[in-house]
Formats: sequence, structure tokens, C-alpha cells
Amino acid sequence: MDIVVPIKFVPDLVEEMEIGESGKALDRTFMRLIPSEQDDHALEQALLLKERHGGTVTVVTLDAGDVDETLFTAVANGADRAVKVRGEGFDKGINNHAASAVLQEALKDIPFDLILTGTQAVDDLDGSVGPLLAARLGLPYVGYITGIALEDGKVVARKEYPGGMVADMEVALPAVLGIQAAEKPPRYVVTSLVLEAMKTATIEEREAGEADCSGAAGVTRVYLPQAVERARMLEGDANQVADALVALLKEHRLLS
Amino acid sequence: MTTVATTVSTNGGLAFYNKVLEAVPQGERVRLCLQCGACSGICPNGFAMNYPPRSIIAALRADDFAPVLESDAIWLCVACFACSNVCPAQIPLTTGLLAALKNEMLLRGKAPAELQTALANSRRYGNTLGQSPRKRAEWAKDLTPPVPIMAEHKEPVEVLWYVGDYASYHPRVQKVSRAMVRVFQAMGVKFGILGPEENSDGDAQCLIGEVGLFEMLALKNARAFDKYEFKEVVTTDPHAYNTMKNEYPGLGVSFPIKHYTQFLAERFDQLWPLLRRDQKYRVAYHDPCCIGRANHNDIYDEPRRVLSAIPGIELVEMPHNRENSICCGGGGGGMWLDGFSWERTRTRTSEWRVAEALSVGAQVLAVACTYETPRFDDAVKSTGHEGDLMVRDIAELLAEALGSG
Amino acid sequence: MSQHIWLVVETLRGVVSEISYTMLAAGRELADGLGGRLTALLLGYNTQELAATLGAADSVTYVDHAALADFTPDAYQRTIAGMINEDPPRAVLIGHTSMGMDVACSVGIQLGVPLITSCRRIRVEDGTPRYVSVTCGGKVMVEGEIPGPTCLVTMVPGGYKPEAGRREGAPDPSTWLRTKVYRLAPPTELNDLRVSLQRYVEPEAGDVDITRESILVSVGRGIQQQDNLKLAEALAAALGGAVSASRPIVDKGWLPTSRLVGKSGKAVKPRLYLALGISGAPEHMEGVPDCETLIAINTDERAPIFDAARYGAVADVLKLMPVLTEKIKQAKSG
Repeated sequence: MDIVVPIKFVPDLVEEMEIGESGKALDRTFMRLIPSEQDDHALEQALLLKERHGGTVTVVTLDAGDVDETLFTAVANGADRAVKVRGEGFDKGINNHAASAVLQEALKDIPFDLILTGTQAVDDLDGSVGPLLAARLGLPYVGYITGIALEDGKVVARKEYPGGMVADMEVALPAVLGIQAAEKPPRYVVTSLVLEAMKTATIEEREAGEADCSGAAGVTRVYLPQAVERARMLEGDANQVADALVALLKEHRLLS
Repeated sequence: MTTVATTVSTNGGLAFYNKVLEAVPQGERVRLCLQCGACSGICPNGFAMNYPPRSIIAALRADDFAPVLESDAIWLCVACFACSNVCPAQIPLTTGLLAALKNEMLLRGKAPAELQTALANSRRYGNTLGQSPRKRAEWAKDLTPPVPIMAEHKEPVEVLWYVGDYASYHPRVQKVSRAMVRVFQAMGVKFGILGPEENSDGDAQCLIGEVGLFEMLALKNARAFDKYEFKEVVTTDPHAYNTMKNEYPGLGVSFPIKHYTQFLAERFDQLWPLLRRDQKYRVAYHDPCCIGRANHNDIYDEPRRVLSAIPGIELVEMPHNRENSICCGGGGGGMWLDGFSWERTRTRTSEWRVAEALSVGAQVLAVACTYETPRFDDAVKSTGHEGDLMVRDIAELLAEALGSG
Repeated sequence: MSQHIWLVVETLRGVVSEISYTMLAAGRELADGLGGRLTALLLGYNTQELAATLGAADSVTYVDHAALADFTPDAYQRTIAGMINEDPPRAVLIGHTSMGMDVACSVGIQLGVPLITSCRRIRVEDGTPRYVSVTCGGKVMVEGEIPGPTCLVTMVPGGYKPEAGRREGAPDPSTWLRTKVYRLAPPTELNDLRVSLQRYVEPEAGDVDITRESILVSVGRGIQQQDNLKLAEALAAALGGAVSASRPIVDKGWLPTSRLVGKSGKAVKPRLYLALGISGAPEHMEGVPDCETLIAINTDERAPIFDAARYGAVADVLKLMPVLTEKIKQAKSG
């Protein structure tokens, strides 16, 4: 089974988010871009399927800046091909409608049975790449997947619903699946293997044109939330905070 | 040190054996193993390993290495150097055999998840805690006078103080860092820190066998050091001391490095008049593995000398002291494997150490390592001895003795 | 340009989901603000009676077909796209959920209609509808205009009280006569579906049903190591409650899914929710919509959880837990 894993680069929330001067976008000066966590899971799931059933795994990403290490890491991890698509404005961040159009174009000469990608990314505003890509390709899409099995040549995807309910969906291939979590946490790749991949593997580079961002709404303002009601903060060291909490719990009759 | 850590040993024993031979200088001493078992006996977790060091070598010789690779016992090793220290054939067990086996397991993807996270964090953020590198000097931001951060300070300093991951980000250990600032300032030392330019020292990564990552971190630190003028690097972190003194030179990175107790012991005459407030405690000093028996760093006297400068302190020795010290359990990845270790051993070496301190009537357990303050604090609580024993870094005791201002 | 508003009602195994009422509240405000009608689109098979609780809408369009008995992406997407195509409204509200997100994107692309997701609130200013969406784990808010003539908007909870969406609805069947219900057949053929439901899998009956606990000690990434769970368990025991968790803890396998609070886990309504080392991302907060007393402890003073909490402290949970456990034990015995 040939699997394609599109990877999207998103702001790392470990860093503080800052608003850019225009007030309409985030300030990218100190922004660290990392592969979307659920895309890491999608790659892990793809590699698990490859280990079980054979086939190939191709990783595709838009060039948002510092993406090479991630691609080499994917190859060191077991991916067979790594494709980087460059285009105007990709480093400033393009919306998912544009990204999915770019991917659709890039996939024209990459054969696949299955596309796995994270079910959503933290900076999604105009939908998610997976379902948008599926729609452009005319393929079925199921999201919030936490397990994939191959049964008699059919793909059965385990879909999560709220409340812990889960449903097994049979999906005709080719298809796109949005991964919520892989069956195992994404594996760590030893640095020396990544360095070796950097020496021996090649990243295929493509050029896309300008990105078509239509399909999303306009943004007039981006801001950090100011809570109307913020929590009443308790001060002090662990002892003092604990004392204050005990007093509060008594007050609210929660210590019976 | 050559980086051989790219091939998984498909021929089980032989390829691994060659890896050990090449991994460290003196690697071939592994051939001299007497199978005496001193290593397995002295290992704090040896009783819970189905393949302690002796058995690993025995398996190699018997060409029956596959079971070793199926065992996860290696992750109980906390890189305390007790085995290396006691081996009559002087085999580099900790840095050679055991690190190579950990590397082998990592290459096979067989490492506990918490460890993988710590490694991934240090690769991405330059610290094992996964915190923003931009916040690495936040612990110092409200101090007056301010702590010089080299990128802003732009002047030569006497001492480039390497702070370390836990001392920068962990709330308990940040207190130690702030105490150290007071000591440096009281002594008029011209010092500076790298702040956001500082990366994980690489000691844990090196001893876990993630050689490539160790090299990457060491070279990043070296690049930062190269930018500035200083007489020596002083560190409050024994792991940093150990790796910068013993492993960095193998990468061509060399500079004068001291543990802070060495630095202060040298300046004893300048230090002791500043310590005016009586600290009336019975203090047991815990020798950290990494400045002690590790690689024969042998820093045992200097911390005691520094402690003797503090008025009111009564220093007592614990039975397991100096090169026989009991590891706190944090090295070689142990910092992230407490759950893993507990499930298999049902003991904590840190609790053993606390019990020993209490047995000699200590009121304070003095430490000099950034892993130790949180680990021994935890052990004091988990053994129900809160209030009976205080855990203090020497820097904290000094700061207290300085008095106000 | 039409000023009518639609919402796609979400149901799971015969129960109308909470998000539907959030959308009813939002849709009601929006329709009133624009002077249009609010229509609830309900898909199903012999589930017409679910329309009874949708009274906040002006009308309910019920589409009935065997292929719509359970949610599957293909069938629902084709039906919704077909309905919109016949009579495009100003805006279509869809739940930002496992079901809603499976269809919203494909409907948008298929019809060439723009899409806005993660929307928490919609306002009408000078006759123009505007959205407020939440991104980056709750740390960044985005605002803009909802473009015409038709736009899809997926909604997350938090901006409206679901009760507001229920205010005119009641389980009393006689009330739904006030709301017109149109029963239709699907606009397109629903054969050759590429996704079919094989089976539902009930959630594991865990040891503890956190939805029934009145005190929850909930842990997130801030507990750092599995070993530290015992501190939370000790605290929960001292309080007489149970331990729950956010996604990262369950994904690591440190606690079973039965303990997961949040979008893909359970919604809980305890009297006391102690959020320890939890940042407060929207996916988690969805699980604690209305807690009497939410107390948050986190080392990051900018964590979004402090906006939802009643009380908070910037502290290290690993230090605090044992101290707090002791003091609670003392307070209870003393």
C-alpha cells in the first residue's frame, strides 16, 4: 500500500504568541515552526502500516522555512520519499485552501492508495488540510481516526466521537484519513540516523506558483484573548497556596 | 571519539562487540573482564537487572546476545559510575559498554517513551524539559543587581557560569541558581551567563548513547562560548562539569572548567569572612557521582572545605561517602525514568540516601548537584520525613550564611 | 443576498448533541440580527421526533433516508451539499466536531463556498455578520467578516450558553407544532457510498465513571512523569474524588480513555474541578463546560485555563499536590 503523508508546519505553542504590527497576523520574527503534532502521528501510523503490510511512505511538505530536518528525520524513520514544495509566500504562512490546492497539484505524479494527515492543526482557520485535499481530489474522507486496519483488502478506520464512543468505518480506497492519534506515540529517531539521512537521502524539490488563498474568509483582527473574568489568583509558596485552597474548599463546603 | 552509532548490529553480538571496542578509548579493556561480578554487586539497581554489566559481557562471550537486546534492564542504569569505579580490569563500563547498549536499544526504537520525549525536547528546544529557550534566563530576571547575560553584556568576564537545564527551568532548582548569584555578587566575581544561548550540556544524551545529539549540543554550546571572553567556565551542575571536562575535548572543544565548589575552595580566604550568620546544623554532605567517582573527577575535599567556612555547621559523614556515594538516581536518563524504575525495583536510591542521612543524625542533607535538590526533596516527603531533614544545595547554605543584603 | 441562516443539527445514536443547542443559540441571534429565518437541518432515519427540542429555530427541515440512519461522511456530505445548493442561505452553521468537520470542508469545496472554522461567536455589526474564532490552543483569537452570499461556519462551544438554544424547545410534542417541520427525501442519490459504518464500539467500562464524580483532580502535561500520578491519586483520595486527565496523559497510556475529559472524552459536571498542569486548550475545556468551582494550577501564568477558572495559582503542581493532600487530611480530621 502506498501512503502519502502531507505535513504542515505550524507555530510552536511552547513559545509566546505575538501579534504582528498590522494587527491582522501573528508576528513571525521569533516564531518557531514545528511539524503539526497530529501530522507526526499520521507519519507514525503510516510507518506502522508499512511495517505490517509493506508498501511505501512518501512525505510531502510545503516549504515554510526550516523544513529539511523534519523531512530527513522522516526518511531516517522509514519514509521512502520526501518531497518539498516551494512557492511564493509559503514562508509567511498560507491558508489551508491554498495549501490543499498546492498538494493536489503536487500529487498528480505521485501514486498513492491512502493519504494520512493530522485531523487538524492548531492554526487551522479555514478548515483542515486533510478534508480540503480530499474534496479537491474527489476522495472520501474520514477524520478523528485513532486506528487503521486492513481487512480483506478494505481499510477499516476507527473514528472517535465525543464521549469516548468509537465507530469502525469501512473506507473504499483511495481515500484520505485524518489522524487524531497513531496507535503508538511517534517514535524518536536517533540523531546520528538523521545526520546520516542528511548525507545519503535527497529531498525532491518542486516549485508551485503563487498560492490561491480564496475559499477562506478575510481576517480583520488577530489578538490575544483578554479574559473578561480571570481567575482569582492565589499567591505565595506551595504552603501558602495550599492553605488558601483549604480555606476556599471549606468555604465552598467541599471538605466534608 | 568516533561516531559509530549508525548501524544496528544485525549480527547480534559481534557487531555490538566491535561497537564497544570503538566507542571509547580503552574500549578493548572489555576483553579483560574477569567475570568477578563486582560491577553487578555494587550497582544500585543491579538486583533488578536480568543483564547487569557482568552478564552483558558474559552473553557477548557466549555468543548469546539476542536476549540482551530483548531485555529492557539497561534502562535501570543511572550512569552512577559505581561499576566503572570498582572494576578491577578498569573497563570503561559506564561510558563504553552501557552507553553503547543504550545506543543500540535507541536505534531499535526500544527506549521508554519518557526518555524519548526528553531527547526530542533537548533536540528541539536545547533543554530536556521542553521549555522555550527564550525563557532560559527568566529565573534571573527580577534580581538586583541584574545578572549579566553575555549577549547583552558584551564585556569580558572572569567567570562564564554554565547554569544548566534544571537550574534554569525547574522551580526548586531556580532557588539554587538565585542563591549562587548572591554568592558570586558578595564575592565580587565578574560573571555572566549565556541565558537563551545556552543549551543542554549533553551529559545525559552522551551517557544514554545518543552520541549524535550530544555532539550537536556540545557544538552549539562551544559556538556560544567562542563568542565571548572569559577566564574560565564555572558550573553548578556536576553533569555539565563531567561532560565538559571529559567528553567535550574529544570534539575539539576545550576550555578551563571548574565545579563551583572548586572555584570557591580556591577563594576560601575571601569567602569565609563574608559568612557571618551562624547556620547551626548537623550537615551530611552527599557526594555527587558526576564530580566524584565519575571518570575519576575526584572532587571530594573542596565541597567539604567550602562547607567548613560556614559558621555553626557541624559536618558529619555518612557511611556511603566519597567514591562510595549513593547515586540520587537521576543520571543516564534516570531523571525521566522514575516510574519505569519503581515498577521494577520498588526502591528509590534517593530514599536510601535520605535514610542514611537521618541515621547519622543529620538535620541538613547538603548537595552540590542540580538533579539532587528536587530528587532528595521528593525522597524526604515520600519517606514521611518532612520536617526531619532539610535538603539544601551548598550554594543555598552559603547564601543563608551571607546574611541579608 | 439571502439573510436566512441554517444550522446542521448533530445527533449521535438518537441523541441531539450539546453543540446543536449552542448553534441554535448562535443561529437565533444571527438570524434576528439579519432579519432572516433560522432553519435547523436534521438528517436521520425515522428520527423525526428529535425535532421536538429544536424549537429555537423557525423551522426544521428533516431529511429522512435509511442511508442517513447513522452518520457517515459520504452520505451526510452529499445530502447537506445538495440541500444548500437548492436554496443557499447566508450562513450554514455546522458543529466543529468529529462529524461536522468530516463534512464541512468537502461541502465547501464542492459548492465553492468559503469556510470559517473554530468559530466561537458571531456578531452582526452594521448589517454585516462577523465571526470570532479561536486558534492556537486558545491562545490566539481571530476576527473578520463572514463573506457573502453564502458561507459555512463551524462552531465550537464556549460563546453561547446551550440553554439559550433550548429556551423555546421542550420535549413536549405539542410544542413542535409551532415549529414547522418539513420532511424531505434526500436531494441526491445515496447509493455507491464510499464510507460505511461497520460497528460502534462502546467506550470501555472503566473502573470509575468520572461523569458521576462530584470532585475531580484532573492532570495534564504538567505532571511530567507517570510516576507522579500517585500524587494526584493521593490528593483525589483525600478529597473523596477521582482522577481524570487531559488528552496527552491518555495518549501516553498513563490513564485509560475512560478518564479523559474533553472533546473526544467525557463532559463532566463536578462541583470541584482541580486542573493541575493543564493548559486549558479548547478541546479540553469542552469537557468542563459548567463547573461550579474550577481551580487551576499551572506554572505558566498565561495559560488559557486561568480565564476559565474561578481560582488559580501559578505554582508547581508536583510541589503543591503532596502539601495540599496533607493539609486536607488535617483539615478533615481536625
